[in-house]
Amino acid sequence: MKRARIAYSGGVHDAVEENGLLRLNDGRLVSEDEVIWLPPVQPRTVFALGLNYADHAKELAFNAPEEPLVFLKGPNTFVGHKAETHRPDGVDYMHYECELAIVIGRKTRNVKRDDAYHYVEGYTIANDYAIRDYLENYYRPNLRVKNRDTCTPIGPWLTDREDIKDPMNLQIRTYINDQLTQEGTTKDMIFDIPALIEYLSSFMTLDKGDIILTGTPEGLKGVKAGDKVVTEIEGIGRLENMIVGDSKFNRKSKVDVKESTVNHN
Amino acid sequence: MSNVQMKRHGISYTKETAIDPSYTGTSAIFDQTKGLVLDAPTSGTIYGTLLNYKGALSSLGEAIHEAPYKKPPKAPIMYIKPANTVIGHCMPIPCPIDIDELEMGASLGIVIGKQATNVSINEALNYVEGFTIVNDVSVPHESIYRPAIKQKARDGFCPVGPWVVQKCEVKNPDHLGIRVYINGELKQENTTSNLIRPIQHLIADVTEFMTLAKGDVLLVGIPENAPIAKKGDYVRIEIDQVGFLENQIVAEDEVKLGGKV
Repeated sequence: MKRARIAYSGGVHDAVEENGLLRLNDGRLVSEDEVIWLPPVQPRTVFALGLNYADHAKELAFNAPEEPLVFLKGPNTFVGHKAETHRPDGVDYMHYECELAIVIGRKTRNVKRDDAYHYVEGYTIANDYAIRDYLENYYRPNLRVKNRDTCTPIGPWLTDREDIKDPMNLQIRTYINDQLTQEGTTKDMIFDIPALIEYLSSFMTLDKGDIILTGTPEGLKGVKAGDKVVTEIEGIGRLENMIVGDSKFNRKSKVDVKESTVNHN
Repeated sequence: MSNVQMKRHGISYTKETAIDPSYTGTSAIFDQTKGLVLDAPTSGTIYGTLLNYKGALSSLGEAIHEAPYKKPPKAPIMYIKPANTVIGHCMPIPCPIDIDELEMGASLGIVIGKQATNVSINEALNYVEGFTIVNDVSVPHESIYRPAIKQKARDGFCPVGPWVVQKCEVKNPDHLGIRVYINGELKQENTTSNLIRPIQHLIADVTEFMTLAKGDVLLVGIPENAPIAKKGDYVRIEIDQVGFLENQIVAEDEVKLGGKV
């Protein structure tokens, strides 16, 4: 089953997919265009992986890490399907990252890899945008690069675990204005889903609703205001997002940190 | 006496009460308030700020100009203490089985009162509800190049409390003494007047790129030379006009989270 959280007619609802439409918890059947899509899970603790695809690590001139490179994201950064994402006008390089997101289903600690899938509720798609202009070499990738308001679209659906036969063999694609720009497969993850759950739960408790963004394959491209960006994962869905500039947010950007756009993550 | 908001453990509502935050009887809280285990008085996201004390930055010396850091930080370097880390006053800090020493990161916590996005320095205090004390516990680590999740995000690694002192009760939050005692012995002393970004400045620079929500806590930073504590040690953090936060370090396998020490 595919589940969503949406706003419709003045209320927030849980909904399930039904023949291309949304069946709300209160019985109403509405089309996808009539609703405001919210993140399918209300973000609480969200982990993200850096350099978790061998090809991407190579693209950034890094050796594959020996231990997962994990960072955390705050609730401020998440928006739903079809949302606007703010790109400050003065930056040189902001790029998408299409990622398989794992949603944890049960509280747990010290999970062994053979049991790891028991703790997975389902899967969704995240677009983990980064603005490299703001990279600094402290707790890198720092929050100013990776935890900006509106810079992590997630959704549209939470797809139940049972519906995805092999999450480690899914095609990943990104399109800018309908042009294919990124193509990869979850097969190429360095630390796979069971490894990530085993690793994180070895030193901290994972809780229901926690989310793990598993990293992105190679094929990053810059985005600019006006672009429509679609991130797609086989069997899970298609997450659409619009890039908008400062004027929409009534902002004047302060770009005081600049670095070259190579050799970063 | 000051008005504070606090939350008794096991009771779902927040209570307003009057306390004397200048009380400084070291470790006496364990006797005086037996049974008074408090939940963290806040429920939002907790954001930490790295290297915001002048002494903390200068203690890195020339290293900030060398690999992997290459240059000093420009914007605030932030991190997150996730929900599993948060515990309250007088709850045990679990010490992982394979680790002997923990670093006690004493920080003033700014409690946000309303949604704050791109706030100016002059308006920053309008978005503050009050102040609390946070012990940002870490497994000691030298490198600050990569996010310290394994060192900072362990269960129970973020005592918060005991209460939130309302903003109007704190005269000058940029001039508060901070003291850390281990087993009653003074181990660290500093003041928020040593912040690189004072409170209003920090709120402005952080909300430029990320919204702080009502109930979120923004840590102003940890002073240099954070004291080390071991299993069995009692840790007390005092902040002028705010109060004192006490916890004991307990071996992880002996801890019942949420219970008494």
